Amino acid sequence: MTTDGPSGAETGPDRGIVAPAGTLDSRGRRCPLPIIDLARAFGSVVPGDTITLWADDPAAGPDVAAWCRLRGQELVAVRALPAGGEEFVIRRLA
Amino acid sequence: MSAYLDHASTTPLHPAAREALGVALQDGWADPARLYREGRRARMLLDAARETVAGVLGARPDEVSFAASGTAAATLALLGTASARRRAGNVIMVSAVEHSSVLHAAQHHEQAGGRVVEVGVDRFGRVDPAAFAPVPGAAVASLQHANHEVGTVQPVAEVAERLHAAGVPLHTDAAVTVGRVPVDLGVLGADLLTASAHKFGGPAGVGILVVRTGTRWRSPGPADEREGGRVAGYPDVPAIVAAAAALAARTAEIAAEGPRLAGYVGDLRRRLPELVDGVELLGDPDQAPTVPHITAFSCLYVEGEALLTELDRAGIAVSSGSSCTSDTLAPSHVLVAMGALTHGNLRVSFGRDSTQADLDALLDVLPGAVRAVRARLGADEL
Repeated sequence: MTTDGPSGAETGPDRGIVAPAGTLDSRGRRCPLPIIDLARAFGSVVPGDTITLWADDPAAGPDVAAWCRLRGQELVAVRALPAGGEEFVIRRLA
Repeated sequence: MSAYLDHASTTPLHPAAREALGVALQDGWADPARLYREGRRARMLLDAARETVAGVLGARPDEVSFAASGTAAATLALLGTASARRRAGNVIMVSAVEHSSVLHAAQHHEQAGGRVVEVGVDRFGRVDPAAFAPVPGAAVASLQHANHEVGTVQPVAEVAERLHAAGVPLHTDAAVTVGRVPVDLGVLGADLLTASAHKFGGPAGVGILVVRTGTRWRSPGPADEREGGRVAGYPDVPAIVAAAAALAARTAEIAAEGPRLAGYVGDLRRRLPELVDGVELLGDPDQAPTVPHITAFSCLYVEGEALLTELDRAGIAVSSGSSCTSDTLAPSHVLVAMGALTHGNLRVSFGRDSTQADLDALLDVLPGAVRAVRARLGADEL
């Protein structure tokens, strides 16, 4: 299993749509990697701001919600992506 | 030091079962349906086993049948009741955290044109009896006695009462509890109960199916005269005799064993958060009753399969509900239904031969194993 970071918007895999700049694209990465991507990127999120994560691993939905609960952060929204996978919006509370 | 801590998957053959198996292979090899002496001897052994199991579970002997596995028994319980109650409706109700054998039977029913209604659970994995109210068209409902992944005990008696008010029978899958904690059908109020012998120290290949008198049931498949017409095919008399011997022996042991194993579970849950960062303990013996021998937790930023491999290398056998450990790559439906962290998941389960040394071995190895797996994923600093 690779431990490389998530794909950037420019080099992202061809999954129908390219993630917008600023979105953390963990599609194609298996759990727990999307959660590790999220935790790593979260360090640079200012309290009050949000981060957007795209992931398509079947465990990402429950695990993003559990991570927010364990880390005291807010899961603002979950949306299905048209090309598969889900978009998660997480707000840094502290 | 090695430690087998997966007694909820299966547990070694009980010495009483081993002894009974030897005797029954000698004396109970003949066809119990035949009228000559050898057949009568096998029939006597089979009848005695049935009486033993019935006595332990608070059932009548003629309510007990033996199937080839717990899965086969659960399938027969659900589909047989659904089949007999077709005129009452075509809905099977199940909790969201049932064992796969129950969910597979429900899926089968759905594929055959029936409907399935799933009832959710709280964060401890427990159903709310008020939410398990019978739906229109309910033919049968299924609620496990205790959960196989986190050990949470379900409010079976309360649910049975609500269902009975609407005339809906309840099946309880007691594979986790039979031979581990006292199980009395009179107290549970369930109409059907199933269990599996290898989970309590009996041999593999013996499932227990109890259908209470007055419960409408019709064989969902081809039937013969064996096992009261409920289970077709030649029964494995020696294995059934051994299963009954194990259950009788377990019944005498569990009063002393329960607190001892609950002590290991309590110790593990107390010490884990001190030893490993980012651990989520699942279920909660203080908030919702649990069986004494099973507990589960999830570790952040850990791949379950890698953790199992790391522990196995150190001689520690446990199981995991994480997606990477399943053939389908989907996380455990139990963990998802509870809203628990699904990755880095471990279930630890103790048995009659478990000791403090087994727990110490696990606690000795686990922190380093978690660190090693996190380091490999570049997650050790998170």
